[in-house]
Amino acid sequence: MEKFETVTGTAIPLPRSAVDTDQIIPAVFLKRITKTGYDDALFHEWRKDEEFVLNQPWAQGATVLFAGPDFGTGSSREHAVWALRDYGFKAVIAPRFGDIFRGNSGKQGLLTGTVSEAEIEAFWAAIEANPGIPATVDLVARTVTVGEVQATFDIDDYTRWRLLEGLDDIGLTLRDEARITEFEAGREAWRPRTLPVR
Amino acid sequence: MSTTESAAAPAPKTLAEKVWAAHLVKQGENGEPDLIYIDLHLVHEVTSPQAFDGLRMAGRPVRRPDLTIATEDHNTPTLEIDKPIADVTSRTQIEALRKNCAEFGIRLHPLGDVEQGIVHVVGPQLGLTMPGITVVCGDSHTSTHGAFGAMAFGIGTSEVEHVLATQTLPLKPFKTMAITVEGELRPGVTAKDIILAVIAKIGTNGGQGYVLEYRGSAIRSLSMDGRMTICNMSIEAGARAGMVAPDETTYAYLKGRPHAPQGEDWDAAVAYWETLKTDDDAVFDAEVFLDANELEPFVTWGTNPGQGVSLNDSVPDPATMTDPNEKAAAERALEYMDLQPGTRMKDIAVDAVFMGSCTNSRLDDLRTFASIIKGRKKADGVRVMVVPGSARVRLEAEAEGIDKIVEEFGGEWRFAGCSMCLGMNPDQLAPGERCASTSNRNFEGRQGKGGRTHLVSPVVAAATAITGRLSSPSDIDAMVEA
Repeated sequence: MEKFETVTGTAIPLPRSAVDTDQIIPAVFLKRITKTGYDDALFHEWRKDEEFVLNQPWAQGATVLFAGPDFGTGSSREHAVWALRDYGFKAVIAPRFGDIFRGNSGKQGLLTGTVSEAEIEAFWAAIEANPGIPATVDLVARTVTVGEVQATFDIDDYTRWRLLEGLDDIGLTLRDEARITEFEAGREAWRPRTLPVR
Repeated sequence: MSTTESAAAPAPKTLAEKVWAAHLVKQGENGEPDLIYIDLHLVHEVTSPQAFDGLRMAGRPVRRPDLTIATEDHNTPTLEIDKPIADVTSRTQIEALRKNCAEFGIRLHPLGDVEQGIVHVVGPQLGLTMPGITVVCGDSHTSTHGAFGAMAFGIGTSEVEHVLATQTLPLKPFKTMAITVEGELRPGVTAKDIILAVIAKIGTNGGQGYVLEYRGSAIRSLSMDGRMTICNMSIEAGARAGMVAPDETTYAYLKGRPHAPQGEDWDAAVAYWETLKTDDDAVFDAEVFLDANELEPFVTWGTNPGQGVSLNDSVPDPATMTDPNEKAAAERALEYMDLQPGTRMKDIAVDAVFMGSCTNSRLDDLRTFASIIKGRKKADGVRVMVVPGSARVRLEAEAEGIDKIVEEFGGEWRFAGCSMCLGMNPDQLAPGERCASTSNRNFEGRQGKGGRTHLVSPVVAAATAITGRLSSPSDIDAMVEA
């Protein structure tokens, strides 16, 4: 996982609330078995509409997505994060996120920062006034900036540290393997076992 | 509370807090998450291939194959299951699961096996799901297993890989919310109506960050199948997990199942499970109350599970909504659903009825559906698809003649799987088709591109299949008289 400190690139507004993961990537794309290559699947249905924001010439180099409240609700599909990442997004800024989506994002190096609804509207206005304008996300300072508009975003300390260090999840946990083994030694006999088949 | 009191007695805890504490491998410090042990990991073909890929790339084994079980459900066809799967990508995912399970030593119930089926139906029916355990699966409806007093939640593919490699998950503690449902349900009102009413009340984000604990006399009186229906849809209220404290109903369901504890282990387990109740003086972070006596059959009109009303009500008018987000969402939903404000829900005609999914495909659900359609014929032009949750449920239903009842009604009796709940297999709605569905999500395009979904209970699904419009059983008699 790459270290995330500061990222600058085209700001993309998505002024809709409750964009669920079925909209981010329809279930039909979940059949693939690879871990990359989902850029074509992102917002697949909406992209058929010529007016959709990602179809605008100025949307090239899309890097930071500014979405409405409750972005990424619904299904647990991590493909939603892969699709955003593969398309080139490094960060999503929104007033609220679906819990599972947010957890998935942190593990894949996609930053999710929360700002207030008033702030997200200010960002939308700034982008609308100047389509193609870049956004800068500074994780060290926890700020996001579009032109004259700047806001401090919320992200939990642990995820922030992980992103800044670019740390792999499993490796982190396996530093505590002795504790896991000790815990397993104390598990009761009644707890379920899938093997051997009875 | 004085310090002497707190030293004398442990702090009162909720059910969720007790299960959490019993799985703490390491307490997180300085904002780090806790490390939580996972007792049972359920695997299916859609969210696992990339996790196994990750293990292979890093040269890591599966730490506990004996706590892991896999089944094929999301992609599987529900017709002609003895033939090769026609869809190339579906077949690829299923073949990948078979290869991965063989390579990593994981028990798999493939298509055609008697224990194959929807992962959230299979775990409980095998007796693997039990009180006081932690259960995860790469599927948001894992919350289903909370019906047993387990802490069960959906995870993403990275987390699937993490559990395969370490049998643990780093997690931040959840907040707790009590959802108390007191009273007696009227005839024809079911667990599904309770949970749809809860979601309409607290909203699709009302449970975000919480574990929900369903309590009260109406919950206690439900069968395990009903409790699973409720916990299943916790995620539709934004909560990753929902729980019901175990009781005699839970033990009676479990006892004698293939993986339930036996002999001394059973006695030890029940003694422990008896402690898995929220302490009287424990405090929830939030509380919600619902009167079961007042509840009517509940159906959705929009494109998220919170957009629901009583079946006797009408499609709401976005113009009367004060919250601008809610209003905009309602306008979009009505456009997609092709509905007008003020239309009586009971005047909405459907093209299809889907009876199935991890929400409502267990034996109780099928029995309820069959009891209403028995001896009748489906409405002309309505397609009725009945998909049992597992191969075993299918066999049990057939032993009771439910397959014959469905076929004589004019419905399709299918093989087990997720089917039209999410249309990853050929079971899909055509664009513009409208469906009364016992599933859990009415999102745009979920049941097929351009398809329109009304979430309903098995009771309403059955009555609707008879009349051709969203209906309760009382409407069937009215139709016959007219």
